[in-house]
Amino acid sequence: MRPDKAAVVAVDGPIAGAAERGQRPSELRLAIRELLRRPPALFGLFCCTVVMIWALMPGLFSPLDPLEQNLDRYLKAPGYVDALGRTYWLGTDQQGRDILSRVIWGSRISLIVGITTVVVSGLVGVFLGILAGYNGGWIDTVISRIIDTLFAVPFVLLAMSLIAILGASLENIILAIALRTWIIYARVVRGEALSLREREFIAGAKALGCGTTRILLLYLVPNVMSSTIVVATLNLGRMIIIESSLSFLGLGVPPPTPTWGNMLAEGRAFLDTAWWIAFFPGVVLMLTVLGTNLIGDWLRDILDPRLKRLGD
Amino acid sequence: MTAYIIRRLLQSLIVLKAVLLIVFLMLQITGDPAAVLMPLDATQEDLARFRHEMGFDQPLPVQYYNFLFGHGRNTGVLRGDFGFSFRHEVPAMGLVWEHFPATVQLALAALLIALVLAIPAGILSATFRNTWLDHWSSVGSMFGQSMPEFWLGLMLIIVFAVKLGFLPTSGYEGPEYIILPALTAGLYATARIMRVMRSQMLEELGQDYVRTARAKGLGEIAVVVRHALKNASIPVVTIVGIELGFLLGGTVVVEAVFAWPGVGFLVVDAINNQDYPVVQAAVALLAFNFVGVNLAVDLLYAWLDPRISYR
Repeated sequence: MRPDKAAVVAVDGPIAGAAERGQRPSELRLAIRELLRRPPALFGLFCCTVVMIWALMPGLFSPLDPLEQNLDRYLKAPGYVDALGRTYWLGTDQQGRDILSRVIWGSRISLIVGITTVVVSGLVGVFLGILAGYNGGWIDTVISRIIDTLFAVPFVLLAMSLIAILGASLENIILAIALRTWIIYARVVRGEALSLREREFIAGAKALGCGTTRILLLYLVPNVMSSTIVVATLNLGRMIIIESSLSFLGLGVPPPTPTWGNMLAEGRAFLDTAWWIAFFPGVVLMLTVLGTNLIGDWLRDILDPRLKRLGD
Repeated sequence: MTAYIIRRLLQSLIVLKAVLLIVFLMLQITGDPAAVLMPLDATQEDLARFRHEMGFDQPLPVQYYNFLFGHGRNTGVLRGDFGFSFRHEVPAMGLVWEHFPATVQLALAALLIALVLAIPAGILSATFRNTWLDHWSSVGSMFGQSMPEFWLGLMLIIVFAVKLGFLPTSGYEGPEYIILPALTAGLYATARIMRVMRSQMLEELGQDYVRTARAKGLGEIAVVVRHALKNASIPVVTIVGIELGFLLGGTVVVEAVFAWPGVGFLVVDAINNQDYPVVQAAVALLAFNFVGVNLAVDLLYAWLDPRISYR
């Protein structure tokens, strides 16, 4: 359906553009109706919205200071009330810090790393994927072999080594993850571009004298957008897990900044005495990833049902 | 077919060469490999001597050549020589090889668990589509794909090792030690294989030959097992192979959680101690493995399904 729309725009630009604008509200309404009929997607949207709001305004929701230490509150169970009458709903950790506040503040790093890597690797992947698929020839061969190679290298190990060498900062973590993740987008987009370039509307654009850059930007990019959005949403959860794995292994944003991964790593030493330290950050982490996956599934069904068989 | 095999072999060789380039560049991005490889308290003279000894003062292409074919006492990575581990003072590749069997054991055990759980679950949820069984297994696989492995590992330790005391928390001292790590590592593969199995079965069950089989009075079990399952298995073989490749290279976090003495555990330790020859050797070995498994899967796939055209 998308290529045809682009074809119409190509032939009689402004009129078709107006028609497209006219169509949009109904598409949106369809999407909302579809959403209401799917409780899992609604649940996913709910989880993601909550975490998103936490990450944007943690100070508003966090009941206490996530960094405030007090050894009098060493490893208190969930629901503990201190002398000042403050409740620690999810308990305290080995330094007496409030777990709930730390979980809320911890959402920041996860979302910043997750969203930035998705955007960066998405841009690079779409660009290189289109380039490879549309041009073919040696460009395609080179890019495809790079993809194969990066696919073969153990991802977590590569990211860990890079971070260990470059130093554990936010930018380096994003760089280390994005360096490998773009291939997921490039693979999907390359496949799409391969089939798109055989389509009539591309031939039409060429016949009208469009240059390659113009064809790529105006005709190919819009047509690979829907699958890119689907892959990006499904990928976001994976990125959040990778970030917390790195953080868990001591290669994330360094303490005292709370991240879900380093909270879990700290909780690991207290599995037998204070299960709540490792339990709650993991629950929130899982619900966040579950949320993005559920939204991704829903987007895939409405935007691009053909992707259903794609695993990754 | 022969042409296809040769083409795939050549492709794999190119990928392997590129992997070695990445492994080589890993040290170069530090700017000064000598400083990374030498102890922190090394003097400037030590550094200069080491730089010269290792050939780090030469141009990059020469260094790469030396890295591949050897330089001085080093016989080159093409002969499996990645240099010495600083920490353990033994050849890096030998050290990685020593830890490799544990990783293979864990990967195979995880895959076994995944297959035992995923294949029946996939078949049943396709056969009983849209029943409670189907819905619950979908929910299960959705959770499986969303759960961070290391967190599941910690929770399994809390429940089975700490609270119930059934199983050991970590280590490698007997067969019971593999259960929790394998369950943890197999989770993601289980969810993925189940989803593919289900969708393949659904597709086959909608085909004409299934209707024919039913029309001629075949029992439902025979239709599902003898007809649909056979055809649905081929894509599942591919995904199982891919998952095995991932498991062989991707149990790092699980090994770290359970102190399972595989390659991943070794590498985490090596990274924390800046023992880069070990890291390089491990990355190379695991990547070679992945390429090998994938090549095998592709060839198996081609052999199983003669309809595939080999361009």
